[in-house]
Amino acid sequence: MKAIQKIGLGGFLLALLLFNALLFMGQFRLTEAQLQEAVKQEHVEVLRQELQPMLGKTYTSSFSFATDFNRLLDNYNEEQQRSQQWDRVIWDDYAFALARVASQGFVENNKLLLLFLTVIMGAAGALLYILPQHRGEPAGIRNNGVMFSSNKSRGMVGITIGVYLTAIYVLLYWYPEYIVNWALLVDPLSYTLAGGPASQWFLYGTIYTLAILVMGVRMFRKYKGNNYQLLRTASVMFFQLSFAFLIPEILVVLNLPWYDLKNIWPLDYDFFFEYSVASMLGSGSAGLFLFIWGILLIIVAVPLFTYFYGKRWYCSWVCGCGGLAETAGDPYRHLSDKSLKAWKVERWMVYPILVIITVITLLTIANYFTEFALLKQSTDMLHQWYGFLIGAAFAGVVGVGFYPLMGNRVWCRFGCPLAAYIGIVQRFKSRFRITTNGGQCISCGNCSTYCEMGIDVRWYAQRGQNIVRASCVGCGICASVCPRGVLKLENGPEQGRITDIPFLTGNESIKVLN
Amino acid sequence: MREPHATGDFCIRTPGRRIVIIGNGISGITCARHIRKRDSEAYITIISGETEHFFSRTALMYIFMGHMTYAHTKPYEDWFWEKNRLHLVHDWVTRINFDQKELQLQQQEPLHYDILILALGSKPNKFGWPGQELQGVQGLYSYQDLQMMNDTTTNCQRAVIVGGGLIGVEMAEMLLSRNIPVTFLVREEGFWRSILPKEESELVMRHLREHHVDLRLNTELKAIRDNGSGRVQAVVTTAGEEIACGFVGLAVGVQPNIKLVRDTALEVNKGILVDQHFATNIPNVFAIGDCAEYRVPVPQRQSIEQVWYTGRMHGETLAHSLTHQPVKYTPGPWFNSAKFFDIEYQTYGMVPNRWEEPVDSFYWEHAEGRIAFRAVFNGEDNRLHGVNGLGMRLRHEFFDQALRENWTVEQVLVKLGQANFDPEFYDRHHREMLQAYNQQFGTNLELEKKEKKGLLSYFWR
Repeated sequence: MKAIQKIGLGGFLLALLLFNALLFMGQFRLTEAQLQEAVKQEHVEVLRQELQPMLGKTYTSSFSFATDFNRLLDNYNEEQQRSQQWDRVIWDDYAFALARVASQGFVENNKLLLLFLTVIMGAAGALLYILPQHRGEPAGIRNNGVMFSSNKSRGMVGITIGVYLTAIYVLLYWYPEYIVNWALLVDPLSYTLAGGPASQWFLYGTIYTLAILVMGVRMFRKYKGNNYQLLRTASVMFFQLSFAFLIPEILVVLNLPWYDLKNIWPLDYDFFFEYSVASMLGSGSAGLFLFIWGILLIIVAVPLFTYFYGKRWYCSWVCGCGGLAETAGDPYRHLSDKSLKAWKVERWMVYPILVIITVITLLTIANYFTEFALLKQSTDMLHQWYGFLIGAAFAGVVGVGFYPLMGNRVWCRFGCPLAAYIGIVQRFKSRFRITTNGGQCISCGNCSTYCEMGIDVRWYAQRGQNIVRASCVGCGICASVCPRGVLKLENGPEQGRITDIPFLTGNESIKVLN
Repeated sequence: MREPHATGDFCIRTPGRRIVIIGNGISGITCARHIRKRDSEAYITIISGETEHFFSRTALMYIFMGHMTYAHTKPYEDWFWEKNRLHLVHDWVTRINFDQKELQLQQQEPLHYDILILALGSKPNKFGWPGQELQGVQGLYSYQDLQMMNDTTTNCQRAVIVGGGLIGVEMAEMLLSRNIPVTFLVREEGFWRSILPKEESELVMRHLREHHVDLRLNTELKAIRDNGSGRVQAVVTTAGEEIACGFVGLAVGVQPNIKLVRDTALEVNKGILVDQHFATNIPNVFAIGDCAEYRVPVPQRQSIEQVWYTGRMHGETLAHSLTHQPVKYTPGPWFNSAKFFDIEYQTYGMVPNRWEEPVDSFYWEHAEGRIAFRAVFNGEDNRLHGVNGLGMRLRHEFFDQALRENWTVEQVLVKLGQANFDPEFYDRHHREMLQAYNQQFGTNLELEKKEKKGLLSYFWR
């Protein structure tokens, strides 16, 4: 390792350490005025009474603050429930909002400095480490030592990172009040971009985008000379930065709903839920445009682009989940399970999830058009459960948290209903396939090993069969790591695309007789 | 030589026949799989002492380099064998009794067979150098070789590789992946000159040097020095130079691994002698893959073929003969591939290392010197003999057809767009290549236009 890389890695680790230490810093002191400002009018009076022991008290960490708050609120809610006064129960989640306004002291006063010392220094350190990689080496992909790496082959480092990422997702989704200090960090950025304070989701978007950009640069180094990989990586970096990060904030500034223009139902599972539709249709003609755009993506863009280019046009060139998987997740791509059993599990998971969200969506729409006579408010419960189990637990916690344990496409492979939908189109009506080059396969296994979707590519290649699989996201790594030039991603005529009865070019003995 | 067998009484065909295959490499396994496809009753046993399951021998290097683990190199999952009733015996065969049709095993009970298929593979050549049995001196063929190499290179400061061929370059790449400097002794004036023409050989050598391989041409090994405790300390070249090293890779080719059947009733020469049906001189005993030697070679081919692809074809063909009618081994146009560090190599048809009138050659090399294409053809009628591609991928089906149908080199060159198998968004070179041909041979050929068929073509048509 070069000295500059050591400095970079050191800087990154220091920034990470400080970033985590931040959670234990700062002070929290809630005043009456702040309470009034942060909660709904109808709750002010109740909360002022219930939170009386907290008001004016100084807490030295968000943990003690949140613990006290949750205890007091739970006590109140339990009491109301016991006395069956359901309408008095406070369902709103105020913990994050109150912790935010109550924060003061070191973190609150040094946001910009701390942003620089954690997020920016971390990204810069990572880049210092990454940029000199493979310098002076001829172009070519080297997976040297991947199987010996503790990080990349489920060693202690890998498991630690997996646990850490999982924990972060759990905090982010269900206990955001504990990471209030992280959200404070990105306040300066949020004010610049959107003119308001940062939520935990703005924080998440910032880190997510940075991860794709920094690790995208790593892809440029690792796959230098491979134009397909370079362009594909540039594409996901572009779509994440603009479509997923900047444009939605600009929409908000323009008084439109926060909307990621490349997120497609059913991955964007709440697109047709009442509140989304209402917020789009309530935003004038631009909102109507967003609504029509979203529908066109589902019924026109997906079938059309998938027919011409395969699933890859979305999953490995555009999608945000795919973007993170293909950049930050690239070091873990070989950890996907290639067994036949895993393939069976995959089919029994991903298609039922597509069916479930389709049914939920149809019920919601039917309910809407019958003016809630059909199911009343019970679709809300369906939405919450789907959001909790699939949207948060599966897509987030397992999807990213388990990168170092199960590979970088766990969500895309086993859970994503959009991937399932596009996959069906790819399997049955598309020009895309991975062509096998005659009889040149030597069964070495690099293709299968590095397939993030767990496709046993070799099984097809060694029998001279084209690879046409619903799950293939067209990342092209199989073709890139093939040492004998056996695989090629192609869009071509549908005729001859599926070779069910393949034969291996080169042996005339049997053809002569058959 | 004579062809001893008529096809009439080719092999025992009673239902439930016991077919035993010695060797679980690509030849033996392919043969077993194809027999099972067409004969559901045969009792098929595969014996190997090397590993319990079939793995890809060509992937050994990637295990050493940490690209894959041993498990990744197994082309079939472990349940595959039982499901297809391919009985695996993990043991070494010590003796074959051809009269009793019985195999002695090292650990387990003797096995009877009705049909015996020998797929014994190869072993690395050693040419009697002093010190060749020292610790730290080895070839690379088997899984055991790999394990040994892993152990003996742990504290190695420098390695010497002897022999300028494919295994040699693989070993160099393996060692360098673990930051062990490599000195590469090549007997000829260029790398793999027994196969590659001069320009290709030079291109590869430039690339090896880019990877800091210390290449010594026209240099042969004379002796290997002992460090006093049975380990290698240095090698001495025929020029008298002594090179200190902790590991010596012997990569001077392989020979059929036929120790098991030497001095038996089985006729052998360098390999086990077989006819075009892979039948040996003993009825119901067959030999395929690296260990087989044709009594009459297929025209333009070696009498011993030690390539993954031919091993596979041997297996396919023999399985067909054992389950259908006997069919002669008739390989199509020759093809092969390799990878020299980052540069892929593919060849189709016959490209000799040297040629004479009337054979002619067209060679094109990219300005950066990492991509090259050669077509060798008959200078009189322009009929294509073969092509080499370096740093570019070529479509097997295209050249298979061109060679079978005797296309001329010009027919091929105007269609190079179709022959290209490079990934999308890679620079295309066929226009430049055709220009070079036109210049060199005074022709005025133009590329065949291919109709565009993307989404965009729907807009401007």
